Amino acid sequence: MGRKLLIHNDHVPNIHTLEVYRAHGGYASVEKALKTMQPDQITDEVKTSGLRGRGGAGFPTGMKWSFLAKPEGVPRYLVCNADESEPGTFKDRYLMEKIPHALIEGMITSSYALGAKTSYIYIRGEYFYVARIVEAAIAEAYAAGWLGKNILGTDFSHDCYVQVGGGAYICGEETALLESLEGKRGNPRIKPPFPAVAGLWGCPTVVNNVETIAAVVPIVNMGGEEYAKIGVGKSTGTKLISASGHINKPGVYEIELGITVEDFIYSDEYCGGIRNGKKLKAVVAGGSSVPILPTELILKTAKGEPRLMTYESLADGGFQTGTMLGSGGFIAMDEDTSIVKNLFTFARFYHHESCGQCSPCREGTGWMEKILQKFLNGTANESDVELLWDIQSKIEGKTICPLGEAAAWPVAAAIRHFKHEFLEIAKNKKFVDISHYDRLNLVRA
Amino acid sequence: MKVTIDGIEIDVPKGTTILEAARMIGPEVAPPTMCYYSSLKTSGGYCRTCIVKVTQGSAANPTPMPKPVASCRTEVMDGMVVENTINKDVLEARKGVVEFLLMNHPLDCPVCDQAGECSLQDLGYEHGAAKTRYEFPRREFERIDIGKYVQLHMNRCIMCFRCVKVAEQLTDNRVHGVMHRGDAAEISTYIENVIENEFSGNVIDVCPVGALTDKTFRFKSRVWFTKPVDATCDCKKCSGKVRLWMKGPDVLRVTSRKNIWGEAEEFICNTCRFERKNVSDWKVEGPSQIHRSSVISQNHYNHLNELKVQIMKQQKALGFMDINKRP
Repeated sequence: MGRKLLIHNDHVPNIHTLEVYRAHGGYASVEKALKTMQPDQITDEVKTSGLRGRGGAGFPTGMKWSFLAKPEGVPRYLVCNADESEPGTFKDRYLMEKIPHALIEGMITSSYALGAKTSYIYIRGEYFYVARIVEAAIAEAYAAGWLGKNILGTDFSHDCYVQVGGGAYICGEETALLESLEGKRGNPRIKPPFPAVAGLWGCPTVVNNVETIAAVVPIVNMGGEEYAKIGVGKSTGTKLISASGHINKPGVYEIELGITVEDFIYSDEYCGGIRNGKKLKAVVAGGSSVPILPTELILKTAKGEPRLMTYESLADGGFQTGTMLGSGGFIAMDEDTSIVKNLFTFARFYHHESCGQCSPCREGTGWMEKILQKFLNGTANESDVELLWDIQSKIEGKTICPLGEAAAWPVAAAIRHFKHEFLEIAKNKKFVDISHYDRLNLVRA
Repeated sequence: MKVTIDGIEIDVPKGTTILEAARMIGPEVAPPTMCYYSSLKTSGGYCRTCIVKVTQGSAANPTPMPKPVASCRTEVMDGMVVENTINKDVLEARKGVVEFLLMNHPLDCPVCDQAGECSLQDLGYEHGAAKTRYEFPRREFERIDIGKYVQLHMNRCIMCFRCVKVAEQLTDNRVHGVMHRGDAAEISTYIENVIENEFSGNVIDVCPVGALTDKTFRFKSRVWFTKPVDATCDCKKCSGKVRLWMKGPDVLRVTSRKNIWGEAEEFICNTCRFERKNVSDWKVEGPSQIHRSSVISQNHYNHLNELKVQIMKQQKALGFMDINKRP
């Protein structure tokens, strides 16, 4: 059994209440931090721990915190990004739904480290019921004195607010999130300036993922050095993985970074193998935007080494033969999956969610969807594969925010590894759906 | 700060963007722009036509920037090396952007009042491909009426956001903006409101395409058959420095004066633009300087006259017979 640090108490009844959470050692990190530590010490502990952003990019959290500008007389903010919208990712929802106090505890400790008097939790619009759970937990925390003025009798005062988004994927991009939080249209800002210098209302702001903030709690409790012992190389600690797709046991798993992908898919502790005794065909390892990999490349790297669930190992080989850990949205597909149809679903999503600010993404995402629709209709030509490849290359890296890349990478990877499926449809002028069901009724006449 | 663009070095003050530095060197290295407008704050960064490759970040940190950057929103660093027209990848990427911009554009240039002074025409001519690979029906929007002066053709819009910035920064209450998102995003007024503002006419001048045109000039003449002259008047609301577009003795259109980058030098008020359509309303300064290569210049002769005088001087110096006294 791997070590669990975030959701080890998720089976305890009523762990969402302050009373039970406190009885299981909750809010110890706040006590330790506020009474015995200086803010900079916490940042140092986070740096030592090697914690990397759990939202997808994997940027070292300690470094992000140290970039925060600290001008005199200007407020600083901590914003928690709970706009978890990446298809295939549902770990933050699980954490907030089951143990909301873990997030609030992390918010208080992190805010103390950053010197933020106010923090915001921006929750995805579709998670309105989760927002109620978190709000109830915040009310409990205020009543018990964990939030508000002079927490634990110290000088540190802190207010935490919940803001529910409007349900747009783009608002998960940190600058679009800040715009939305300010009450504006959720369009990504052009960087620089980065939020660490000019973020919310032009003030220095740190935006962190739910899981990242929750991970600060065990880091403060056990010390950064102890936390860094878990994992391999620069991938330290534990990570929540949202496993979905054609596996026997879909769900949220907390893994120690460094277990093998094969172990994760086939062991009974985690996914429990592919359902109905089918064979694995492909895996999207980190949410819909990361490149899809066929079985032989996801289980072993191009060099023949077993692939591990770490930031580095999954990225081994670049995009030619590798992928990314991303947000940990692990989607396994069995042999009966049509990659083209799957790609269409993704492309349709990114087309729908493009904000429309910059031209390549606004026009390109819709174009890619229309071409993929042609494949599903069986009217595509072989030249359409080349065209798709060209369009994605003209979107990738040319947009304001990473949504362009998120839309381009899955297309590139599907063509790179499964080109034969596209060509087959183009040659036969017929799309044969090999999957068992077509609930979404994607093929339009 | 020293910055090198396409092999040409220039010294610029701190805070200058790559685009501004390139414009200081000259039009031959300046990247094309569709959404950037120097007098409008926070404009730029959307259309992606001005992307360039930074092959050396700065003298202190020479690593190249991983992705192409929007030159209009990237400030130069000391020792930065930028590649624009000499970089194949940049040209290819720009071609891609032009294709994206033209994909849903109706290409109704024969009946568009902007034709002849349209940035998208120029951009397509200089950087685009001869043929589109887009085979699906073009996007169409429902028409809305935004008032008696300005005509909105949403189908032609390329979403440069310039008009939104004008309304935000020039007028006191903005009633139009972007509705919806993605490729359904459109410039519109909320519940088909009418734009009523003394400076609203400037959205016509900043629009790079024919999405916002002058209703008082609609279908009156092709722009290249009108002759631009600079004129002034005593206006209480604006500077009164305008450009009149004449056909014979008639003033067909009044616009702001534009510089070589196609940007208005000074914004003008609606009274000057739409109401003062008689020559007697104006004090005419003389013909406007229009670049010789512009289609607009084809109907006004001062450059040709200058050229003729120059040629005749040269010929005379060389001992040629006077062209007018030839037997």
